[in-house]
Amino acid sequence: MSEPLLRVRGLSHRFASARDERLAVRDAEFDLFPGEVVAIVGESGSGKSTLLNCIAGRITPTHGQVHYRDAADRWLDVHALTERQQRVLARTEWGFVEQNASDGLRLDVSAGANIGERLMGQGERHYGRLRATAQRWMERVELDTARIDDSPRAFSGGMRQRLQIARNLVTRPRLVLLDEPTSGLDVSVQARLLDLMRTLATRMHLCALIVTHDLGVARLLAQRTLVMRHGQVVEQGLTDRVLDDPQHPYTQLLVSSVVMP
Amino acid sequence: MNEHDGKANDGAPPRLSVRGLAKHFTLHLRGGARLQVLRDTAFDVRAGECVALAGASGRGKSTLMKCLFGSYGSDAGSLRFDSSDGPVDIANIPPQRLLQLRRRDIAYVSQFLRAVPRVPALDVVAQRLVDADPAPPSDDLDDDAHARRMAAARDVARGLFARLNLPPALWDLPPATFSGGEQQRVNIARGFVQPARLLLLDEPTASLDAANRRVVIELVHEAKAQGAAVVGIFHDEEVRDAVADRRVELG
Repeated sequence: MSEPLLRVRGLSHRFASARDERLAVRDAEFDLFPGEVVAIVGESGSGKSTLLNCIAGRITPTHGQVHYRDAADRWLDVHALTERQQRVLARTEWGFVEQNASDGLRLDVSAGANIGERLMGQGERHYGRLRATAQRWMERVELDTARIDDSPRAFSGGMRQRLQIARNLVTRPRLVLLDEPTSGLDVSVQARLLDLMRTLATRMHLCALIVTHDLGVARLLAQRTLVMRHGQVVEQGLTDRVLDDPQHPYTQLLVSSVVMP
Repeated sequence: MNEHDGKANDGAPPRLSVRGLAKHFTLHLRGGARLQVLRDTAFDVRAGECVALAGASGRGKSTLMKCLFGSYGSDAGSLRFDSSDGPVDIANIPPQRLLQLRRRDIAYVSQFLRAVPRVPALDVVAQRLVDADPAPPSDDLDDDAHARRMAAARDVARGLFARLNLPPALWDLPPATFSGGEQQRVNIARGFVQPARLLLLDEPTASLDAANRRVVIELVHEAKAQGAAVVGIFHDEEVRDAVADRRVELG
């Protein structure tokens, strides 16, 4: 079995603005492995997005560590990196897909430029190659390549989310963090996007950590699932085991509360 | 244990060896009621052999199948399985290892089809074949190579759909709108497309007509001949008598 890609140990976070001693994330601990899709599920306010942002380095946790094994096989303490080192990691080996695509895209440049930006950040300057790569990625995420020069402002929600995925995957990241990527979309658009993400994650052997409140998304996309409540991971394991044989009272409640888990 | 070839052989260790298996459910939403379903369950299955689980409804036949597939955890006991990379205990392995076994070695045909919406029936089946044998990391984003692998897998899937008399007009459609019997046949094709070392069949013929039941009987015979160990729940006596070598009584 392969070595983990990411290790989260004893991670807790308390927002400075919190009125009481309540922790937004309490003592989270887990490993992520290459090639797996893992879901964090829970109700809003359970701390799942805070946990994701702590892993991404966007929030410095009050306690605990996040260790990442980089492409050169070195273990990095994510929160001990300089801001610049974190930025480089975020643009090369990591991807982050925002819930709201307009937070993850640049709306004032073309779709092609959105895809090419990370490549240019890595030193690619050849216009023809940038354009060819952007076109290939538009095909992979099933966007009409005739729209390459259009601004994402003219795109629908589903198209913007596809573009955001292409923009993140173009540099072949090893770890992609996704925050409710399908929650603003129509059900039919959601289904196609889920299939696309599943196929690309498998083909690229990338590790994806996806935050969702939708157990159906976890069921279809994730091999493993973590259940969060009040900042704590109350249960984790194979997705079908967590959903079909839930052990924790809260997971049983969550599973029994949905129409079609 | 270093004998891993697929032949039924009296000297070889069993392909699957269940010992002391226990499983209960605690229903927290019903005041913590405790439901003991399996207690000290034990049996063996050899390569090339089919065992039918028997026992009245509620005796834990489906629960046992899910413990073997790993979608239910086991409380106690061991589920020793002779996998393609050596012996493992399914009841006590990390999730990543279990997923690996499911991709290649363990197939499970349940009564209900679960698939990503909007994926055509052919791809539901073809994907299992491609996942079982992933492309080397070096050319994982070679779109042409990927398309060729999918095309080859779709050909195998078409062959199975034809044998199962699934109307060709349905092959390129997502199965969500199919009838129960049609979905069942997609499920069967997905279960049989990748030769498994352990094949779990939970009422595989429940919604099939006589002609398609016979096709499933043939498929099980072929899987056994290729060395699969088969564990099944068959309410249909004709199917059970045709495929099962022996019965294991539960409860």
